Amino acid sequence: MSDRQFKRVLATDCGSTTTKAILIERRGDGYHLIARGEAPTTVEAPYEDVTRGVLNAVAEVEELSGRRLLDGDSLIRPAEGATGTDLYLSTSSAGGGLQIMVVGLVRTMTAESAQRAALGAGAIVMDVLALDDGRAPHERIERMRQLRPDMILISGGVDGGEQRRVVEMAELVAAANPTARLGARYRLPIIYAGNVEARDAIRETLEPVSELTITDNLRPTMDRESLQPTRMQIQELFLHHVMAQAPGYSSLMSWTDADIMPTPAAVGNMMQTIARERGINVVGVDIGGATTDVFSVFSGRFNRTVSANLGMSYSVSNVLAEAGIENILRWVPEDVDRGGIINQIRNKMIRPTTVPQQLSSLQVEHGIAREALRLAFEQHKQLAVGLKGVQQERDIADAFSQEAGARTMVEMMELDLLVGSGGVLSHAPRRSQAAMMLIDAFAPEGFTELAVDSIFMMPQLGVLADVHPQAALEVFFRDCLIRLGTCLAPRGRYQPGRRCLHLSMQLPEGRREMDLDWGQAAVIALEEGQTATVTARPVGGADVGAGRGRPVTRQVEGGQVGFIVDTRGRPLILPSDGAQRSAQLLQWQAALKAYPDIADSSVAPPVGDLRTESTLA
Amino acid sequence: MTDTSTHRETRAAHAYTPGLRISERATVCRLRRLPLPGQVHVAVGDQVAATDIVASTQLPGRVHTLNIAHELNCQPDEIGRFMVKSEGEPVRHGDILAESKAFFGLFHSFVRAPIEGTIEAISTTTGQVLFRGEPLPVNLHAYVDGTVVEVHADEGVTIETTCALVQGIFGIGGERYGQLRVLTETPEQPLTADLIDASCRGAVLIGGGPVALDALQAAIEVGASAVVTGAIESPDLDSFIGHPIGVAITGQENIPISLIVTEGFGQLPMAERTFGIFRSLQGRRASVSGATQIRAGVIRPEVVVATEQPGEQSEAEAPTPYMTIGSPIRLIRAPYFGQLAKVVELPPEPVQLETEARVRVLRGRLSDGSVVTVPRANVEMIQR
Repeated sequence: MSDRQFKRVLATDCGSTTTKAILIERRGDGYHLIARGEAPTTVEAPYEDVTRGVLNAVAEVEELSGRRLLDGDSLIRPAEGATGTDLYLSTSSAGGGLQIMVVGLVRTMTAESAQRAALGAGAIVMDVLALDDGRAPHERIERMRQLRPDMILISGGVDGGEQRRVVEMAELVAAANPTARLGARYRLPIIYAGNVEARDAIRETLEPVSELTITDNLRPTMDRESLQPTRMQIQELFLHHVMAQAPGYSSLMSWTDADIMPTPAAVGNMMQTIARERGINVVGVDIGGATTDVFSVFSGRFNRTVSANLGMSYSVSNVLAEAGIENILRWVPEDVDRGGIINQIRNKMIRPTTVPQQLSSLQVEHGIAREALRLAFEQHKQLAVGLKGVQQERDIADAFSQEAGARTMVEMMELDLLVGSGGVLSHAPRRSQAAMMLIDAFAPEGFTELAVDSIFMMPQLGVLADVHPQAALEVFFRDCLIRLGTCLAPRGRYQPGRRCLHLSMQLPEGRREMDLDWGQAAVIALEEGQTATVTARPVGGADVGAGRGRPVTRQVEGGQVGFIVDTRGRPLILPSDGAQRSAQLLQWQAALKAYPDIADSSVAPPVGDLRTESTLA
Repeated sequence: MTDTSTHRETRAAHAYTPGLRISERATVCRLRRLPLPGQVHVAVGDQVAATDIVASTQLPGRVHTLNIAHELNCQPDEIGRFMVKSEGEPVRHGDILAESKAFFGLFHSFVRAPIEGTIEAISTTTGQVLFRGEPLPVNLHAYVDGTVVEVHADEGVTIETTCALVQGIFGIGGERYGQLRVLTETPEQPLTADLIDASCRGAVLIGGGPVALDALQAAIEVGASAVVTGAIESPDLDSFIGHPIGVAITGQENIPISLIVTEGFGQLPMAERTFGIFRSLQGRRASVSGATQIRAGVIRPEVVVATEQPGEQSEAEAPTPYMTIGSPIRLIRAPYFGQLAKVVELPPEPVQLETEARVRVLRGRLSDGSVVTVPRANVEMIQR
């Protein structure tokens, strides 16, 4: 299939509230985005048929592109002239996405591997039950009953190891007899991916109460994790059991030329394609109204996490609860009424579609976004780790208390590209605001390219990447990605008044030398499409990637913000004194021209910096 | 040409937060569904009162586990030899389940039942015995006075009622019933503890302005069933439920009364019209639900008061209100949060805000006569 040069490709993403369609066409110089349309998702009453929303979104694409794609309620194929499409693909997260409960033995070992498998398959993990989760058996059973997952994933035990405990957990699952979220009378799919020796006992225990599927052990030995077979099985069950229960999906499945993918799985697929094709390490984040997804690919290893209650509208009060008002307001230079801000955040939760009208409200929302991103990334780093317990020569059953300090796979100095998406980043009134939020929340080290996904096409491109990776990549870099520029941030502790860095830069307009002390933020003009050769000579304890005090020469990419140099130190610590902190924030914001000076009404923002949308999803 | 502009206007009219439903007379349907299949006790056409039981079921009892192999210090596959009770057999708390003998019968070890229930499973793989406690009966109330219009076999019913309906913006707590008691003189007056006395027992208390924590505690002390008010300060809500609220999915809180706020968080008066409706319903019996879900499939908290007259329009048939010049609106975001206005202009093109975002706006005249520009996303229609 991938050998064929498709002339026109139509792809949709059926989200919880909106169905988004994109149309891609091949031209002389490759594939281009032609049009994007959207319509409300129609999974719920009164329509209860997902295809209505798909047809409406495609109709909008027809209107905007001038191509005829529909003949009544059918897609026209193949593409001929200005009519029809060669390929139709779709992703879906409608109806709350794919919700999985994970059951394992040891929280930091098999249960954690199972959690990684489920998240990587695009699922929301509702809870992780393990023998060492501190809950009594009856509490685990209550929990399983209370949650109504789309499926349960059970793992546990290495192949040939002790099987009693994994069967014990399966017995609890059978006793709970949990019902599926969609359809009270439908048998819940359960995947068993544990010790192969326990399969017969698992069958005996679970087959009478569930739709049991057995797949390869996801942790066959202590030092090996094999997640792909489980991920494939999850997606297969999602398609044929869960989605088949959702209204209209059987029709939609008959329209698509490849399996419908869970939306986050498609985004993960796109991230992996970029990392593989470019040979780089990538972190991507999608901050929405309810959740924040973080994806990373380091040394070819993919991880995804979902922070289910960190978001900018529905979950905004939870960001406040988790981060605390002090952490949110540390990013706001002005003194504000704390009580008023707390009420403002709560009112945003109950009226999620409102937008900030005042600059101070925008800055508070950007503070919230930084904290939501920071917390989501911390959670990601905790899960994106190497295997724990690998060098322990103990049986899994004896290893409950071990907390082998596995290192996170996320090494910020090795990160090449950081991509942000979601309303607060993609629709920030100035691109420099998005750049600052990404830098403050993720604290990249060394040289890191920054970008935002302009219209969140990654789900559709991710499903296309399976069929035609070249087309997906061309559209991604040409029409989807907005390059903000490159950030250079030395690792090292902030030392007031001390020299941090010397830069020698070969810029498009000529050579430039620059010295920077610790605690500064600076932007060197470097437009999108331009590159510069930069030699960074760190001073003292600073490290830009080659070790303390060692110089690095790199070619850096420009962008809509430019080449950003951040010598505020890593870890990034803001002054505790309010006045000092405020002065520094204002200085950094001024350096990046992040916010307008509203005291001076003559300062009008450059037209190119304006976005036609509001800031929040 | 005309068609195109009409189409554009229609699309534009959706670019604001739809208002909450506040109606003196409406016909609404409420689906009542059991958590598990069970028995439905009413038929289509039956008249039901809010507290009538319309369906019931039994939730499986709690499961307890006990590892017999551990208790008797034997291998799991040996427990069959020691069990004196078998699968499916009922047991009472303290009954002997298993017995082992050692040293030619001189020493006996017993394992006794930890609860009253039934032995559900005995596993010779793990040595585990599962007990199921007594089933828990669940009775489903009608919730509103009305007529059964549909029976969903084994699952529940749909009840239609002609009523006054007030939706709140946010609530906590489950379904409650009681007589409406309007305690404040005006929609601005805060609901304070001194207004609540023993006569409020079992009542749904209506206040105008914000309710403070001590007033909520007073309401609990006198045994009121619910409090409905314009607003609450965030710290008071946190103290009331014992933790900061993170996500607006509520209704399951373990609190003795339900709370509904009609406007939001802060020092806000109840909308005049809402307050007026409550005053006109003084003394009537109300059904109240604090359950809120602000996600896909939005659920807003509500007060439902059945009325004698047939409804003018059903909830489903209510036309979507289009915003036009003269439409009454409420501003729902700073710097005008909580203020009322009338639309005086609907500019078609996006306008740049102080934040530099370009959005669709409207111009509204505030009650003091001044005209302000606000994003259309930051207003809600006041439905008639």
